[in-house]
Amino acid sequence: MKGWYPVFCKETANFFVSPIAYAVIAVFLLISGFFFWANMSWLSLVSLQAASNPAFAGRINITDFVVRPLIQNMSIILLFVIPLLSMRLFSEEKRSGSIELLLTYPITDSGVLAGKFLAAMVVVVVMLAGTLSYPILMFALSDPDPGQILTGYLGMLLMGMSFMALGMFISSLTENQIVAAAVSFAIALLFWVMSWTSTLAGDTLGSVIRQLTVLEHLDSFNKGVLSLSDISFFVLFTAFCLFLTLRTLETYRWRG
Amino acid sequence: MIEVEGLTKYYGNFPAVRDVTFRVESGEIVGFLGPNGAGKTTTMRILTCFSPATSGTARILGMDVRHESLKIREKVGYLPENVPLYDWMRVGKYLDFVARAKRIPSDKRKTEIDRVAKSAGVDQVMGRIVRSLSKGYRQRVGLAQALIGDPPILILDEPTIGLDPKQIREIRDLIKGFSRDRTVILSTHILPEVSQVCSRVVIINKGSIVAEDTPDNLIGGHGGARKARVTVKAPESDLLQLLSSVRGVSSVESQGATNSTETSVIVETLPETDVRPELARAVIEKGWDLMELRPLQVSLEDVFIDLVTEESQAFGANAAEAPAEVA
Repeated sequence: MKGWYPVFCKETANFFVSPIAYAVIAVFLLISGFFFWANMSWLSLVSLQAASNPAFAGRINITDFVVRPLIQNMSIILLFVIPLLSMRLFSEEKRSGSIELLLTYPITDSGVLAGKFLAAMVVVVVMLAGTLSYPILMFALSDPDPGQILTGYLGMLLMGMSFMALGMFISSLTENQIVAAAVSFAIALLFWVMSWTSTLAGDTLGSVIRQLTVLEHLDSFNKGVLSLSDISFFVLFTAFCLFLTLRTLETYRWRG
Repeated sequence: MIEVEGLTKYYGNFPAVRDVTFRVESGEIVGFLGPNGAGKTTTMRILTCFSPATSGTARILGMDVRHESLKIREKVGYLPENVPLYDWMRVGKYLDFVARAKRIPSDKRKTEIDRVAKSAGVDQVMGRIVRSLSKGYRQRVGLAQALIGDPPILILDEPTIGLDPKQIREIRDLIKGFSRDRTVILSTHILPEVSQVCSRVVIINKGSIVAEDTPDNLIGGHGGARKARVTVKAPESDLLQLLSSVRGVSSVESQGATNSTETSVIVETLPETDVRPELARAVIEKGWDLMELRPLQVSLEDVFIDLVTEESQAFGANAAEAPAEVA
């Protein structure tokens, strides 16, 4: 990890000096804002109709009608935008050749890795922080379940971390940013929906596939459940991708 | 001090460098000379701890590149070919990043950056974005980043490639200027550069060292014969006959008539003899007009071309292999 901090500063500066971070954050906020507005409007329409039906009105609450769908939608948008953030992490430096200089400074490979990964995560955190206005509005207008919002955000952060690590690994394999983004997105999407095939795969294999599926683990966060197995899934997923990236850097040196 | 012993590097089945052994004492400027794809860059990448060797050892200041990579990297300034800088950064910010990466303590960082910027001549462009710099300034910024931290070893891969003659001279002077107390290895295929800047030359071809000496010794030791060009107003056959009879002349080769009356010949003499006075006397005594009598110097270029072509003949079988893309 030696020497990660200068790399972190440089990478963060790269995201925020260029329009990448702003464009991606703006896109994310625009789409998530649209979903928030749509969900809120739907809630108000349903509430209005339910005014004449007290039995039904009792089952209407902001947590089920807005918080959960909103967080689900935001995770899907994250799935789309994270490859856009991760694609340049190594591809850009490989193409320009600057990685050669970077790897001859007194910084360990893991330091380079940590600096880049954390800088990309700063963008994710800023992006998620930008959406905090939705819960604030919800608290002002109604009484959503704070616990469920908290676990929902934690789930998105962990998912973002996993996909960022995946994207960084793919980026370390290619000099082409578009290829990096496309491949990371495809793999992330496969991990997202893998469980759809679990019923076809039989008992054992099916449960293995379900355990590897991001959506399954994310769902419990969205239900307000914090379980060790879900957290460790994301942590292990991230660690495994970081490990692969480190090995890729090493082979890059050998081939250099 | 740099010691390299039996260094070999394979890319797949292709040997980019094989069994290279050389030594560079501290304070020396050594020129790495070779055609493209000879293994110069590969050797440099091993020395800068970017890429590990397949076999053999390389020690810098007594430390092995394999085992003390991080410590060596603090002591080595490196300028890769094509100067890969971060195009989006401002020069000052870039140098600041390099100073942080090279672990210059924060209280000394500013003075170090100022010192380096001044000695590389980039203090005027500190606020410019790297992308907007001219090629010459880019090269200087590359040199500046290599100089940060005052490394005792400098490794420069083709530092003057792609520059105009004035810029080449400037960069060359810079390198000479800050190399007094440093060990410098620079690679190039510009030959005059080597004789001007370097105290020693290592000629490398197809991954192996083919010669290693001072530029003067390389030129002096090459063949040993001296040549002179003689132009005389005289018929060709008579002139050839006359000059062959002069003592000390080993061969005379006609260059043909330069115009209707003049004939040029190249006279090759035995080593360590100067026959120019005898040649002149012989011509004058004959009553001919001596138009030109000029010693021909063997240039480093001749030495280089000879060594490199000898090699490719010797390695005839290998020459059929695909050439390395990595220089």
